[in-house]
Amino acid sequence: MDWFPLWNSLRIALISTILIFFAGIFAAYYIAKAPRAVKGILDAILTLPLVLPPTVVGYLLLRILGPRRVVGRWFLKMFALRLTMTWWSAIFSTAVVIFPLMYRTARGAFEAFDRTLSDAGKTLGLSNVYIFWRIRMPCCRQGILAGTVLAFARALGEYGATSMIAGYTPGKTATISTTVYQLWRTNDDAGAFRWVMVNLAISAVVLLVVNMLEGRQKRRGKG
Amino acid sequence: MSLEVDIQKELGDFHLKSTFTIDKGIVGLLGASGSGKSMTLKCIAGIEKPSRGRIVLDGVTLFDSERHINLPPQKRKVGYLFQSYALFPHMTVRKNILCGLHAVKDRAERTARLNEALHCFQLEDVAEHRPSELSGGQAQRTALARILVNRPKLLMLDEPFSALDSHLRLQLQIELKERLSEYGCAVLMVTHSREEAYHMCGAITILDDGRLGPIRKTKELFADPGSFTAARMTGCKNIARAIKMGEYEVEVPEWNVRFMTKNAVRDDLKGVAFRAHYLNARTAANRFPVRYVGEMEEPFEWILLFRYAGQNPESPPVWWRMPKDARPQHFPEMLGLAPVNLFLLYDDS
Repeated sequence: MDWFPLWNSLRIALISTILIFFAGIFAAYYIAKAPRAVKGILDAILTLPLVLPPTVVGYLLLRILGPRRVVGRWFLKMFALRLTMTWWSAIFSTAVVIFPLMYRTARGAFEAFDRTLSDAGKTLGLSNVYIFWRIRMPCCRQGILAGTVLAFARALGEYGATSMIAGYTPGKTATISTTVYQLWRTNDDAGAFRWVMVNLAISAVVLLVVNMLEGRQKRRGKG
Repeated sequence: MSLEVDIQKELGDFHLKSTFTIDKGIVGLLGASGSGKSMTLKCIAGIEKPSRGRIVLDGVTLFDSERHINLPPQKRKVGYLFQSYALFPHMTVRKNILCGLHAVKDRAERTARLNEALHCFQLEDVAEHRPSELSGGQAQRTALARILVNRPKLLMLDEPFSALDSHLRLQLQIELKERLSEYGCAVLMVTHSREEAYHMCGAITILDDGRLGPIRKTKELFADPGSFTAARMTGCKNIARAIKMGEYEVEVPEWNVRFMTKNAVRDDLKGVAFRAHYLNARTAANRFPVRYVGEMEEPFEWILLFRYAGQNPESPPVWWRMPKDARPQHFPEMLGLAPVNLFLLYDDS
């Protein structure tokens, strides 16, 4: 059995989760502080990928990154770099699709954060950077951790937009979910089933890890 | 040490206007909830921005809307004890206090000051505990230690006892007062409780609906409130509008009585007030026929409610309060009030 799809899915999911971890948190932090009207509009735009069908996301991404479109053409001309149909093209589609998950859970956590804690930090002379990373983030870590894991799990399973922007090339852009579809489509039922089992195993491990982390945190909170 | 505040803040329909100067001791900001007490403290701390005005602490301008000065809270050297204490829940007592020592770069000095604080505030035994494992008193001491290791020029206390059980409150008031007098910085304390203000503060200013009254010595304020707001906030139960009749005589239309006063009445008299326990059946002065209308029993006192014979039926009954063992067997027909116990009320300013 060729394990490339597993390796490819994992690296795509990992890289896009890391990118979205920071992007989601900073978007959440600044939008939670924004004036109401701005908040509503930005919130709607940033949450859109969650409710759009992944194929629509894929289509829109192709409209931007495709070799004959604005950004894609520019990259091709300047760096002779094609943005679509490579393994890392899937990072674009995955990142866009999982961004709302990270952003919304982080925003929920930030909004539940007790403002007096950051106010107290300020009056104690702590810098805003310190307050953000050492007080706000640890206090919100449960929500942020949940968002990260959810985003990672969703990234592993991303199919629609990925298949449009990265396609399915065995050994090059194949991921677990595109492989399952390909194998099933070509009547290789046993092959599809093997990958389904692999996917189930990974998801189960991820969720178990979350439960363990939460349990440990609860015990630590109580001392 | 001196603090000058002259600020205004608009928040929707609410207008806050605070003007005062304090130099030392514990000054109380007494007001009902929603009167703008915490907002005043937040403006001084720099957490909220006043709409306009000026705040000067020890010659350093913290805020000046005309000169566009607005120091960040980190640079103001103002300690703020939050109502909830705002301890960082994921840090131990030791780490919480270390947050107040962040500016001290020398490691040896930092450790020395930490250990001194743990010792002074009797927190050595709980140094490795998290805030959720502390008692109310320990939490308050931790929060205070964390602020005072930072050596603020001004300490502000926002309802410092409201998070505590009532039996702990008095004990902690005594303890806190002692600590603060040792530390010796100016303290501004916000409270809605007149008992707390009386116990803790040498001087008090009353905040009513966003307007701040003058700072007065606590004893004097309770002995002669001087305005409706002050009479109410210091716990006067019997307050009524009044008209000047003579140099030492006032009429209270609501109660249909005329009282003799001890002090000369000014022309701009607005009302009178007296405390519920100053009434007496044997006092000859200001003695008028009364009619019993009801009673309330308290743990150690009786409150008897009555009306003056000619009292307007719309106006609420008058309170007469006495210790349990001093309750008369029969409700007297007449009650008197010594002129010295009648407060004269003028405009709030």
